[in-house]
Amino acid sequence: MRIVVDLNRCQGYAQCCFLAPDVFRMQGEEALVYLPNPEDDHAAEVRRAAVACPVQAILVEGPGLVEGPVSAA
Amino acid sequence: MSAPAPSVDRIVIVGASLAGLRAAETVRAEGFGGHLTLIGDEPHEPYDRPPLSKQVLTGWIPAGGTALPGRRPLDAQWRLGVAATGLDLERKEVALADGDRVPFDRVLIATGTRARRWPNPEEAALDGVLGVRRREDGAQLRERLAAGPRRVLVIGGGFAGSEIASACRELDLPVTLAEAGRAPLVNALGHAIGGVAAGIQRDHGVDLRCGVTVVSLESDPGGAVRGALLSDGDRVAADVVVVALGAVRNVEWLDGSGLAVGPRGVACDAGCRAFDANGVTTDDVFVAGDVARFPHPLYAYQLIALEHWDNAVAQAEVAAHNMVCPAPQRRPHLPVPAFWSTQFGVNIKSVGIPSFSDSLMVTQGSMAERRFVAAFGYRGRITAAVAFDEGKWLDFYDERIREAAPFPPRFAVSHRPGEDRTFPAEFPDPYTPSHSPTVQLTGHQPSERRALRLPAAQ
Repeated sequence: MRIVVDLNRCQGYAQCCFLAPDVFRMQGEEALVYLPNPEDDHAAEVRRAAVACPVQAILVEGPGLVEGPVSAA
Repeated sequence: MSAPAPSVDRIVIVGASLAGLRAAETVRAEGFGGHLTLIGDEPHEPYDRPPLSKQVLTGWIPAGGTALPGRRPLDAQWRLGVAATGLDLERKEVALADGDRVPFDRVLIATGTRARRWPNPEEAALDGVLGVRRREDGAQLRERLAAGPRRVLVIGGGFAGSEIASACRELDLPVTLAEAGRAPLVNALGHAIGGVAAGIQRDHGVDLRCGVTVVSLESDPGGAVRGALLSDGDRVAADVVVVALGAVRNVEWLDGSGLAVGPRGVACDAGCRAFDANGVTTDDVFVAGDVARFPHPLYAYQLIALEHWDNAVAQAEVAAHNMVCPAPQRRPHLPVPAFWSTQFGVNIKSVGIPSFSDSLMVTQGSMAERRFVAAFGYRGRITAAVAFDEGKWLDFYDERIREAAPFPPRFAVSHRPGEDRTFPAEFPDPYTPSHSPTVQLTGHQPSERRALRLPAAQ
């Protein structure tokens, strides 16, 4: 699965780190780092983290954007 | 009494990264049901770049693991792995590297930037000389760092170079950073805050060399880089050299298009419509993301280009809206710019344009403690704020910037007593003469007068 966090919006509340600790981590006092493409078996906890984010900074998507293999046109 | 909008059946987006993706999603979200094509020179689906200089280098995530999520189904034709090579405004076609031509009613230019290469081609080709911009760059650099080099030399102390040095220290690798200015981050944040960044780097074990440039790279007989000669005569032995000298805008494919194109990007109006070489707004050509230069009323209507993640998203959304809406409903792109950087465990965040300033004041916290907010002012109003590990306050400053609040600020400040709190801004002058396109005015009659952009000197 695919996620992206708007790190301008992120305020380091770290709710996501508690709900999906394999995917989201704090680095230092307030910087968030995360796995952009975690395995699908993390889907439930990642969705919980996205819902719980106080500033709604986490965008989650399931399947890929491009159908079929990506290749030179 | 407005004329009916010309029908828009074919939209082509050139550039399949963050801006191109969000623009494509927005035209669909706004009800565009016609033919949508995305063209990207990289053979990958849109992916996120910021992790490439951070978590990818420390090995937490693979370079290929940063694909961007979509917001909605796109129903688009993707032309990936094939670069656009020309834009024909007469025939309304984008030319591709494979010889194909893609017709459009509206086109969005979102080709972004690429890493500036080391200027000496032979030295740039040495084994162990790397850059970071694309996914492959991140993968290569990660591989080199994982192999345990004796020392890494990073050339350039901007955000990318400083983040790479941070990753090296996190991996406990010896690293030297060479920065031409007086401090790292000086172009973006000025000398006062650059000095704080310098202290952080040195405390984390970076061998920081400021005020020096790299004169040449040196190699062993096998063609692998061995080190560098610095302008102060010193030599640095390094088996990995990372070139982090900023970005070059991907505009060469627009040579001959008749648009207002230069090394600083493609000029456009606040509605993201490209200017032609005469400075006249075009109707069907739009620009968004790192490659766009747009006038910003908060910043004296100067044309500014922002290499910021959130600007790529926000400007793409405005451009996409304006591509498909009736003319009276067009919106301006009026962002308060914002960016972030994580390095050495410190969260650096900014709102506004710090370099658009004459002075700054520490309004909260302490530079000595490396935890503070600094407000930047220009002629009596607030134009920007920068936070080190105090990001939560920046929304407040965002509002002050939008309302042109006075500087020095009238709100209560909480700096540490006994410390200097106001500083001259001291930014290096970005207006180096090499950065402007050369234009001639042609034609004798006033009605014949046109601007002719000359090819860049090589």
